Amino acid sequence: MTVGDDTALLGLVAGVLTLLVLASVIGWILSRRITTGAGRATVENINARIRAWWVMASLFVVALAAGTGTSILLFSLISFLALREFVTLAPTRPGDHRALFWSFFIVTPLQYYLIWIEWYGLFSILIPVYVSIFLAIRTVLAGDTERFLERTATNQWGLMICVYFVSYVPALHMLRIPGYEHQNAKLMFFLVLVVELSDVLQYVWGKSIGKRRVAPSISPRKTLEGLVGGIVCATAVGAGVWWATPFAPGAAALMALVVSAMGFAGGLIMSAIKRDRGVKDFGAMIEGHGGILDRIDSLCFAAPVFFHLTRYFYVP
Amino acid sequence: MIATALAAACRLISGATIEWQCDPNADAQRIYFGNHSSHLDFIIIWSALPARLRRLARPVAGRDYWAHGTVRRYLASRVFHAVLIERGHACAAAADHLAAARASIQHMADAMGDRHSLIVFPEGTRSLTGEVGQFKSGLYHLSRARMDAELIPVHLENLNRILPKGEVLPVPMLSRVVFGPRLHTSVGEDKHEFLTKARAAVVQLRTMS
Repeated sequence: MTVGDDTALLGLVAGVLTLLVLASVIGWILSRRITTGAGRATVENINARIRAWWVMASLFVVALAAGTGTSILLFSLISFLALREFVTLAPTRPGDHRALFWSFFIVTPLQYYLIWIEWYGLFSILIPVYVSIFLAIRTVLAGDTERFLERTATNQWGLMICVYFVSYVPALHMLRIPGYEHQNAKLMFFLVLVVELSDVLQYVWGKSIGKRRVAPSISPRKTLEGLVGGIVCATAVGAGVWWATPFAPGAAALMALVVSAMGFAGGLIMSAIKRDRGVKDFGAMIEGHGGILDRIDSLCFAAPVFFHLTRYFYVP
Repeated sequence: MIATALAAACRLISGATIEWQCDPNADAQRIYFGNHSSHLDFIIIWSALPARLRRLARPVAGRDYWAHGTVRRYLASRVFHAVLIERGHACAAAADHLAAARASIQHMADAMGDRHSLIVFPEGTRSLTGEVGQFKSGLYHLSRARMDAELIPVHLENLNRILPKGEVLPVPMLSRVVFGPRLHTSVGEDKHEFLTKARAAVVQLRTMS
């Protein structure tokens, strides 16, 4: 199936395109209106973010349109770069070197290869079972006990978040939903659209009417107004594009609500990690956003839940 | 061609953030001196330089390692234009050792000619922990021989985690390269004083982040 054959997918792409054009126009107007003071920096950051969204959305759409293999490749690359940002902040020691080499160059490609050959059984337990055992063995063989528990646990969690959780996005291809065969690209689109839109709308609502801080000790910029506004709007959008999914309108709304909430929680968890390690962003790869991990934090925690809910309720 | 591609690949693998506290494009001849913790160090500094200056920058490296094997020899002579020097042998007599060291310094000073810059690692060997070790006196003598060159301290962060001493395969982590402000020195400066100051100039680039 290509994008051109599927009007629903074309509709989604057109919708995102409209949003981006709209955002760019608003960003342009803002940059003309606000030329001084602290507002200037905010507007410049917003415009940098919008430019980065163009690039990210294009990459995602092109990868999706090119087929299953390309989207698996795209997300394996995202995992690789995210893991790199994560491990940079981890308290590793020379004794972790070989285990880390395995994580990057063997485990990550293998996890995505399993999606490509659709071996669901091994895909779902490779990292939580085999890798967690194997890497602990590899690390203990290096003979360094200094902060051993902290190091092995951190490296394992890095693989869980950056590789295992993220791989659930292209893994949606493996689901065989009756009456929805060969259309799973739209399922991926639905998930990424709702989660990222929820992020953006939380930011927009928070910036415009946000007052009550919802998690002051973790992320001072997250507000209750932003949270509610973002999730409600993302849920509405999710329900509005039910026609592209195997879900009925009500179920699509429920799914959108769940993934938005998971996304919010994911953002909080990753903020807590950054705060713990004393950094503001995981990296500087995406202009205006920070690192890759700063952009996909919400997706990490939403994807596995979305996958398994869909699998439980829609795959016989 | 190969050099440009290699530099781009290095920046990608090392995920290096590059920070300049001096003019990156200045035409002056320079001696870049940095902390040493990985085989990747000089390649990272080299790849972080603007393309025009990269062609003029020559890393100083041990002949024992870089003159062996076709690929290494090709890279050292054709791509990096490395200045290969004999490394001190413990068994050599003290007098021979001194003469060899003098010859190496002269070789480096000559290699700069009237347009090249050098990349050197004054610790002489790779640190295991990422801590900056004591500087050997080579940098002092080189700076005396080339008083006209700008001394630029460079701090490399995380390279010891990407490719530690004793490992062959790199783990891709993010790294940081900071080029500090020029280190000034005067003709009559004491050797020990100079080396302490030079080391401090590298170390303080780390604490600034």
